Amino acid sequence: MIRQDFHRVDPKRRATLDHKKKQFAAPTFKQQDYPHRLNFYEIPPTEEITLEQFEQWAIDRLKILAEIEACSYRNKSPAETEAHIAPLLQKFLPLSANTSSSNGAADQRLKNERQKDHYSHFILRLAFSATEELRRRFARAETMLFRFRFQRDDTREKRAFVESLNLDWEPVDDGERQQISEHLLGATPGLRRVDEETWYKVDWEKVPELVERRTVFLSKGKAYVPGREQVSMIIAEFTARLERALELTSRALPRLDEDDRLTPILNHMSKNFGSAESVYSEGEGFVDGAPITANNIDRLSQHFPLCMRSLHMNLRKNNHLKHYGRLQYTLFLKGIGLSLEECIVFWRQGFKGFTDDEFNSRYKYNIRHAYGDVGGDQNRRGRGYPPYSCQKILNDSNPGVGQSHGCPYRHFSVDNLVGLLQSTGVNDRDVLRGVREDVEKTRFHIACNRVFEWSHKADIKRVKEDGTWNQTDLDTIVHPNTYFKRSYLLKQMGKPPTNT
Amino acid sequence: MPHSISSQDSAVNRNDDEILPDAPPAETVSQNQEPSASENEASGVKLEDLFNDDDDDEYPASSATDTKNVDFSAPEPAAAPGPQVDTETMLAFYQRLFPFRYLFQWLNHGIVPSPDFGNREFALTLQNDAYLRYQSYATADLFRKDILRMNPSRFEIGPVYNTNPRDRKTLRGGQMKPISKELVFDIDLTDYDDIRSCCTKANICGKCWAFVTMAMKVVDTALREDFGFQHILWVYSGRRGAHAWVCDPRARSLPDDRRRAIAGYLDVVRGGNSSGKRINLKRPLHPHMSRSLDILKPYFAQTTLVDQDTFVGFEQAQRLLSLLPDKNLNESLRKKWESAPDRTSASKWADIDALAKTGKSSTLNPTTLRDAKQDIVLEYTYPRLDSEVSKKMIHLLKSPFVIHPGTGRICVPIDPRKAELFDPLSVPTVTELLAEIDAWDAEHPPTNAGAEAADGEGSVPESDARGSRRLQDYEKTSLKPYIDYFRSFIAALLKEDRTPKRERNEDAPEVKSESMEF
Repeated sequence: MIRQDFHRVDPKRRATLDHKKKQFAAPTFKQQDYPHRLNFYEIPPTEEITLEQFEQWAIDRLKILAEIEACSYRNKSPAETEAHIAPLLQKFLPLSANTSSSNGAADQRLKNERQKDHYSHFILRLAFSATEELRRRFARAETMLFRFRFQRDDTREKRAFVESLNLDWEPVDDGERQQISEHLLGATPGLRRVDEETWYKVDWEKVPELVERRTVFLSKGKAYVPGREQVSMIIAEFTARLERALELTSRALPRLDEDDRLTPILNHMSKNFGSAESVYSEGEGFVDGAPITANNIDRLSQHFPLCMRSLHMNLRKNNHLKHYGRLQYTLFLKGIGLSLEECIVFWRQGFKGFTDDEFNSRYKYNIRHAYGDVGGDQNRRGRGYPPYSCQKILNDSNPGVGQSHGCPYRHFSVDNLVGLLQSTGVNDRDVLRGVREDVEKTRFHIACNRVFEWSHKADIKRVKEDGTWNQTDLDTIVHPNTYFKRSYLLKQMGKPPTNT
Repeated sequence: MPHSISSQDSAVNRNDDEILPDAPPAETVSQNQEPSASENEASGVKLEDLFNDDDDDEYPASSATDTKNVDFSAPEPAAAPGPQVDTETMLAFYQRLFPFRYLFQWLNHGIVPSPDFGNREFALTLQNDAYLRYQSYATADLFRKDILRMNPSRFEIGPVYNTNPRDRKTLRGGQMKPISKELVFDIDLTDYDDIRSCCTKANICGKCWAFVTMAMKVVDTALREDFGFQHILWVYSGRRGAHAWVCDPRARSLPDDRRRAIAGYLDVVRGGNSSGKRINLKRPLHPHMSRSLDILKPYFAQTTLVDQDTFVGFEQAQRLLSLLPDKNLNESLRKKWESAPDRTSASKWADIDALAKTGKSSTLNPTTLRDAKQDIVLEYTYPRLDSEVSKKMIHLLKSPFVIHPGTGRICVPIDPRKAELFDPLSVPTVTELLAEIDAWDAEHPPTNAGAEAADGEGSVPESDARGSRRLQDYEKTSLKPYIDYFRSFIAALLKEDRTPKRERNEDAPEVKSESMEF
């Protein structure tokens, strides 16, 4: 502190640097008049609002974001998410287009809606900038909300909004377009004629989604983007700016520390941003009294979901699994309650053809690491990693050549998937047809649940009838360990899964 | 904090101290820090096998996993000269041949030591297989000195952090962040095991190296033409693969999601063993795909159909059939091939068109067949990248010019313009190189032996008192062309990195040598 004082500028000359002076003396900000429905949230709010408003607006927005997150954890498609969110948005956070009012953007109702949207966004920024994890989740949910609204906006307003952003996109002139027309046609799916689009030249870093899917023409580091792909660019821009802003907010956050009105509200909110990601709590997959030992795995594997069964079968077939396969399976076994010692025994027996030395030096450490027995402090404290959820297994990278991890519904070809299902005893034609349809619509978890329901048909009917299990006990399965537990309990006695 | 590592290598230390008597005092401090920095060395654990952990920056290097598997699997190929490089040889190599100064210039992007080098993570694999992460060095001298002291069997290069990686314990969790690293790619022949018939596991021959050559061509072209990168260093991985280091400033600062985008752009062969047809491309082909197809077609004709004779066996022929779209055509092909079991791949491939033309199948659509054939060409030749390596900034990758401990070969750079001339089996091994120095020295007896015997630093050129430049050790060996190529690569890179006011990249090494005088 003292040393800082030494560097201080004479207070009188500092006037233009002082943030308070800058904020209040000569307002460089202007009162926002919200000409557009959408907002890039560049300028922070400056008007006064009441504490009640502060809290209420934030909570309303939080509800929306939490729902959006929940949808993504349940693997809902964008269309399903949209259908789910639309009524909620109308209720908690309406945001109407200019055309909805005769006065256009000047209408007070529209102004109020937009103000609420604007302010609540910034309040939540404060609440969710504290940790990396919160920032990431907040940015993701906000991006989805923005995308959702952007796509629903009407064309004219959308264009006006985009123009107001001043993004540096260089239009491609006609001559160049003719020259590369063949490439443009090849690179852009669903395009018939090159001249029906306006094209922009942007740095490829701006459109990573398009690059990753290989749906844009690249040349010398520039991406040639058709006008209709501007959604992708704008969203990338939105996310990038939001992430940067959140980073800055987090650095400014300590200044709030002494404020005893806002800080409790903010803390409360960030805690209540229910992390659906951690729906799986430790020990949840455990089944009391189940004899879970290395020698029993073969027998128990009939209760495993297809991803784990496929790993198990591969292990038995090849006496080996590659790294990510081992990881996925080890964590699952940990989740069903296999102890570390038993788990090591299990893998040791599974890896026939390896000497003890080879096994110990190459594989044992990984298993211990997954259980949090070794590794950095952080890993030990968290007792290794949690078992993978369906979400994680579905979204993680595709299995490569020779690998067998992942979700069969997603990563196998349909024929191989059906073959695998039949080899596990699923041979009902209706079920298989249903699975094919689900997979086609990329509803992998539904396919998995369909198989589960079919193979436990009788038991499910029984527990429903005698009322020992209620509807929530039979909710959609979104975690391999839940699959095992439910399957095991159903086959055993139809005991409700909540009493462990 | 005394530790087994330093005491074990004390013999080495003594030796080294004689060479560099006036080591900067800072060195002692850093030496003491190292043992404490390596949490896992006591148990002899390989960190590269650790699991991925999202919020832990100790990310494993999957490339390292690969090379390590090599060390364990299978006996050495007969071609490999010395199965294990002993520690003496290793040390002699670091002392006399390893181009520390050029490696420094390459990573430092300039002559004056900068954070680009100082905050760069190095990870050392010691002779006892302990793995030291988060090593960093302020200058080329300190770097060289520490490598000589530790005498690692190999070392890897990580990202540049926002702070010195050695200080990470003094920071609160999550404060240390990677800020830049070269964009890297890893091609490994093990990923081709299902389609190469000549060798398996760690072994390679000229025939299967062709897979790496074609992969390099495709990736190199795409990176240059599509992404506009210019400074791409290809390095032989020492046994059966190659690494690419994209060093353009724009590539170095890419965040992880952009890296993932490039990896996804280049990654075409997807799906594990059970995914069926691994390539399903939309038509019309993306320009990158049609260009790659043009590059790969001749390789398919030569490597897949002739050298590997991939489809000669029953199972592979079955697989070929399963990739073709038309049932009737498949049936007639199957019959034909069953009657002639030894039919070569080239004839089988020609049969497809021949039978299709005779019009035996009424349902056959020529376009679908052409597309399927294109997909097959790609499935059997398109680069199979280990894309995890490229996706994360914090991935470690083996440094160029280290010795592959299994083969003894040097990880030399490959000039992509002459990729097809590169023969991995003629890459010099460390023992050959040391023998070459001895042979040269024997031919050219030193004029005043006493003066020159004292100093033996390989990479530090010295002008002796008479003003004529004494030859460096590497110049006496077959490593010279590789180091010369590396130098020209660095020169081009520095030219771009440097602000216009400084224009002395050509004589830069000489200038540096004076400032580095010991």
